[in-house]
Amino acid sequence: MRVPGYWRNMPFLYRLAGWKCVHCGAFHNYKPVVCKRCRSREFAQIELPASGRLIAYTTVRSPPKEFAQVAPYAIGLIELDDGTRIISQLTDFREDELRDGARVEAVFRRIRVNGDQGIIEYGYKFRPALRRS
Amino acid sequence: MVKLGDVAIHGYGGYIPRYRIKAEEIGRIWGQDKSGFPVTEKTVAGIDEDAATMAVEAARTALRRAGIDPRKIGAIYVGSESKPYAVKPTGTIVAEAIGATPTKLAADLEFACKAGSEAIAIIAGLVRSGQIEYGLAIGADAAQGRPGDALEYTAASGAAAFIIGKPDHGAVAEIEAWSGYATDTPDFWRRPSDKYPMHTARFTGEPAYFKHIIGAVKSLLENDGYSLSEIDYFVFHQPNVKFPLAVAKYLKVGQEKVSPGLIANLVGNTYSACSLLGLVNVLDQAQPGQRILLASYGSGAGSDAFVIRVLDGILEKRDLAPRLAELIEDKIYVDYSTYLKLRDEILMR
Amino acid sequence: MAGVYVAGVGFTKIAEHWDRDLEHLMVEAANKAMEDAGVSSVNAIYVGCALSEPLQDQMNLGALMAECAGLVGAPALRMEAAEASGAAALYAGFCDVASGRSEAVLVVGGEKLSDGLSDEVSSGMMMMSGRSWYEGFMGADFYALNALLYRLYSKRYGEEGIPFFPVISHEHAEGVPHAQYPFKISLDRVLESPFIADPLRMLEVSGIGDGAAAVILVNEDLARRLSSPKARIYISSATDYVNPFDREDPLRLQSVLLAVNKVLEQAGVSRSEINMIELHDATSILAALCLESGGFSPPGEAGKLAMKGEFGLNGRLPCNTFGGLKARGHPFGATALYQVAEIYLQLAERAGKNQLDNPRVGLTLSLSGVGAAAFASLLKKE
Repeated sequence: MRVPGYWRNMPFLYRLAGWKCVHCGAFHNYKPVVCKRCRSREFAQIELPASGRLIAYTTVRSPPKEFAQVAPYAIGLIELDDGTRIISQLTDFREDELRDGARVEAVFRRIRVNGDQGIIEYGYKFRPALRRS
Repeated sequence: MVKLGDVAIHGYGGYIPRYRIKAEEIGRIWGQDKSGFPVTEKTVAGIDEDAATMAVEAARTALRRAGIDPRKIGAIYVGSESKPYAVKPTGTIVAEAIGATPTKLAADLEFACKAGSEAIAIIAGLVRSGQIEYGLAIGADAAQGRPGDALEYTAASGAAAFIIGKPDHGAVAEIEAWSGYATDTPDFWRRPSDKYPMHTARFTGEPAYFKHIIGAVKSLLENDGYSLSEIDYFVFHQPNVKFPLAVAKYLKVGQEKVSPGLIANLVGNTYSACSLLGLVNVLDQAQPGQRILLASYGSGAGSDAFVIRVLDGILEKRDLAPRLAELIEDKIYVDYSTYLKLRDEILMR
Repeated sequence: MAGVYVAGVGFTKIAEHWDRDLEHLMVEAANKAMEDAGVSSVNAIYVGCALSEPLQDQMNLGALMAECAGLVGAPALRMEAAEASGAAALYAGFCDVASGRSEAVLVVGGEKLSDGLSDEVSSGMMMMSGRSWYEGFMGADFYALNALLYRLYSKRYGEEGIPFFPVISHEHAEGVPHAQYPFKISLDRVLESPFIADPLRMLEVSGIGDGAAAVILVNEDLARRLSSPKARIYISSATDYVNPFDREDPLRLQSVLLAVNKVLEQAGVSRSEINMIELHDATSILAALCLESGGFSPPGEAGKLAMKGEFGLNGRLPCNTFGGLKARGHPFGATALYQVAEIYLQLAERAGKNQLDNPRVGLTLSLSGVGAAAFASLLKKE
């Protein structure tokens, strides 16, 4: 639990907001000083689309201690509708819905709870899209 | 009775978790008969859900329908009796998650099951006074019921959110009138250190639920001159299926005007979101010009009643997000042990 | 660049060393290496360790090592590059000697994973495989990232032969005194082991153990004066985007390709002259990706070549001749130095029953995370 770090990263963790390089288009999920691909210093603030499709997935069964309570949990590689690829926990999936190409959408969830006294850290996860297109 | 006027709902959203447990499954554990349960099934929040996350989901749906810039939202009030923090506002979490920061006001409200409707009344006042352009009123709960208690069959999870502003082209409904009725009637409470609420069984009925709801509704009907025939839908707080139907019977309202807003049988009692989700379900199907009477109830005890008139905007905005019925149909049943895990009832520390 | 030579090596058995502290394991390895090389002092000490902060509550390992090894006074630095920390220490020590500043340096790596509970080790590993506010926050640990790569690989090429890499490593580890798991396992046993993160199985990933390894690097002058066998060493490194899915092709480890190309160029050696490789087989899929990305197997073929026996002790390109990360063991900060030591033993004809027939050139590959950094070192018989 590191509260200032959590606070600094809220834009991405809460609503997939980040910075896109004006020159090469690379997406940064943190506030960059220089572009990680082309070293440009010009960025546009954007929000990534909140829906996409599942490219690959797995289930973590022996999790790090922060995630003991939610084990087992699924992790997915997701291609968002604009082509950006992101890693996310998957939630509310029935086992038969975990498949390549499944439509998914972002939701807001508890990620780490930090016991009874610490801060509750929230962020995005992806679930099966309600409207399956 | 207070004539509100000049206040309208621009976007609305309901959220319920995907998990359900059948009353029968709970009854199996506690040796209860298979008949006579207060509801058929109830929603169960996922292990990663709480009042704040559900408030965000409902707010995002409301925002999709409203189509406004979230930075125009000047106040966010979240009504809940299961707020994730004893001290720290849920409203700021919602504000950040929907891109509404910095907002002006963001407090949490608690009045048992009616804090969400009270949030609507407060937001309406702020809008009418011109202090804010838009406000967001939310009722959200991951309700607690002591294992084995009667409440366990109904205590459910969900949220409903309303973006309220001045009426203009595109508003989905106008809030025409409001009335409130509150007294000190201790039918249900929870002390700060307790995880589950206490209640007084049959005392929660006649002197509590019925007296306050009927008080608020009668005030609207009698003082404001609405006749029953002018109201197309009645939505009452629904801790079970029986109570709202009994109110309707007392008021001589036909069941066809109550059913569209009565979802407790398949959702359970979502506490602060309860009557508001009924309103969401009605907005999902009402036609422009129709009137809805909403009456919430919060133990302790009080009721807010509103008369809401549906506007033309409903037709274009309704389908900008999935209807509540789709969420009600989309479900995963869990057994009692999974339910305990999801609701953090397994001691892990 | 002046020549740098490995003049001696030392290591502990990889096991759960309940009765020993991290620094004492490292001292054992360091002493063995100094005796092996025949040196009684060094100009500098380079220490590789990844997780001493979370698992031993300890920093300042350089000075601590100098003291415990009875070498107080020598400059001592600790280098960190996650699982490749030992390789990072080697890189620094190499540069020190190559620059002419030092005549002899001690490079020692150690890790004591058994001091942590398994979920603490998992948390530590998560610090190494991603950014803490992204993959770490999401609970996408090292195994999860490997599993996603495995899926993409299977979709593109099929998974044939990938689960065979642990079988090779265990076969080579059989009877190796310093190996953590010195026994054979069958392909069926690998395939029947439970998933750690599907499709990655428990027996396709390296275990948790303690160990330390050390290498003495010397300059050409000293190398000539010492009587121990010498191997000339070269080392290169490269980085890539930390998250494999930020890379143009997640199944091509560019850091590996760049590091291998650079070290081959430095040494003036071609791929076909390499007689053996120590792979970073922290997972089966990484073993395959190392071979393919490094240009030692066509893309999608590593598993099939493995099944054909190409990477066995009698194959075209023997890999992990003492068991690799999977069977010899993978105490992170020490691992790269075990690799170098094992290549050295092969070149010095001291590999016992695992001895290859007159090997001349060996390569080691050490990765941090999922190839965020790669280190390639090449040893040449002198």
